[in-house]
Amino acid sequence: MSNVKDSQWPLWEVFVQASPGIPHKHVGSVHAPDKQMALQNSRDLYTRRSEGISIWVVPAEAIVASNPEDSGMFFEPSNDKVYRHPTFYVMPEGSKNI
Amino acid sequence: MENEKQLEQFEAKINADSKIEPKDWMPEDYRKHLIRQISQHAHSEVIGMQPEGNWITRAPSLRAKLILLAKIQDEGGHGLYLYSSCETLGISREELIEQLHNGKAKYSTIFNYPVLTWADVGAIGWLVDGAAIVNQISLQRTSYGPYSRAMVRICKEESFHQRQGYEIMGKLALGTPEQKEMAQDALNRLWWPTLMMFGPHDADSAHTGKAMKWKIKRETNDELRQRFIDKTVQQAEIIGLTMPDPELKWNAEKNKYDHGKIDWEEFKRVVNGDGPCNKKRMDNHLKAHDEGAWVREAATAYAAKQVKEQVVA
Ligand SMILES: [Fe+2]
Ligand SMILES: [Fe+2]
Repeated sequence: MSNVKDSQWPLWEVFVQASPGIPHKHVGSVHAPDKQMALQNSRDLYTRRSEGISIWVVPAEAIVASNPEDSGMFFEPSNDKVYRHPTFYVMPEGSKNI
Repeated sequence: MENEKQLEQFEAKINADSKIEPKDWMPEDYRKHLIRQISQHAHSEVIGMQPEGNWITRAPSLRAKLILLAKIQDEGGHGLYLYSSCETLGISREELIEQLHNGKAKYSTIFNYPVLTWADVGAIGWLVDGAAIVNQISLQRTSYGPYSRAMVRICKEESFHQRQGYEIMGKLALGTPEQKEMAQDALNRLWWPTLMMFGPHDADSAHTGKAMKWKIKRETNDELRQRFIDKTVQQAEIIGLTMPDPELKWNAEKNKYDHGKIDWEEFKRVVNGDGPCNKKRMDNHLKAHDEGAWVREAATAYAAKQVKEQVVA
């Protein structure tokens, strides 16, 4: 059996920007043989109702993700730094607009 | 034991109504159940394009044709959203299609019924998409993140499907006597198969227990079926059609409709391949898959050529 014939093609992750000024957001994925078709397939699949003004496609294998099993340790360094939040600070009694 | 701790954490997440994501640990049974359910859902979307596809060239107006094309394109899209979310569970697209072709995976029995008239196209949108909406709204709250997100997208697109179908039914039902008869006939034939879409009664459903416990499903087959019936009866009344169930009656005490017995023998027959169109649907899918092979090959070759040229340049 030839693999080429039934190839599902590489997987691409799709990010759509809904309107100017806001970030691109992950909407799903598509299979496509190359970047041009990945872009066109994404347009047909994810923006049939004017959901976007811009699309990014990224080869799924190029994405590096953190591991949920390590997430406790991985994000731990930020847990003991409450002074990074504005609520940590005590403002002088009666001060306003700060 | 490592596994017990992981199972505990998993169940804690489920109980807290948090979502399970692809890289999270999950019990093998949870994964298996999801693959079965999501792939069946995906195949249903794709096979479901066929009965309506038959009517594209026979749509009674340009408006009707454009609408039907857009609806069918949406259904193909729904299939793709669902295949993608299923693939996050570690099964490839090829395996999924292969399981459809060798009969290991099923699709909804409703698509094995023929679409004989234009009124059937209306009835499919109104009833079949209507039933799918009830099911899919509930599944937006499923515990598996990628499935839930696919359901949210799909639900946004479904409501036009149901409304265009109900519009067709309404026009026919309020038209000439022949048109009204055609609409009534479509309802008569498709009502019961639509109720079967929700699956066996809870007491007879092998998979319901775990699916509910793990919040893959949020409501049972019977609960969803009841909701669909309660919503739909009034819609039939408004356009002057009669439900083909003499036992259908409002039960004021229970605040819901009582209904007649569903023919589960018929359901079993159709699930097991003996419906009016099972063979036709599968033959068509295989044929399209085979006839599209050269396109997949050509696109792959073109992509390889581009890579090569890039390297040279
Ligand atoms: Fe759909
Ligand atoms: Fe639909």
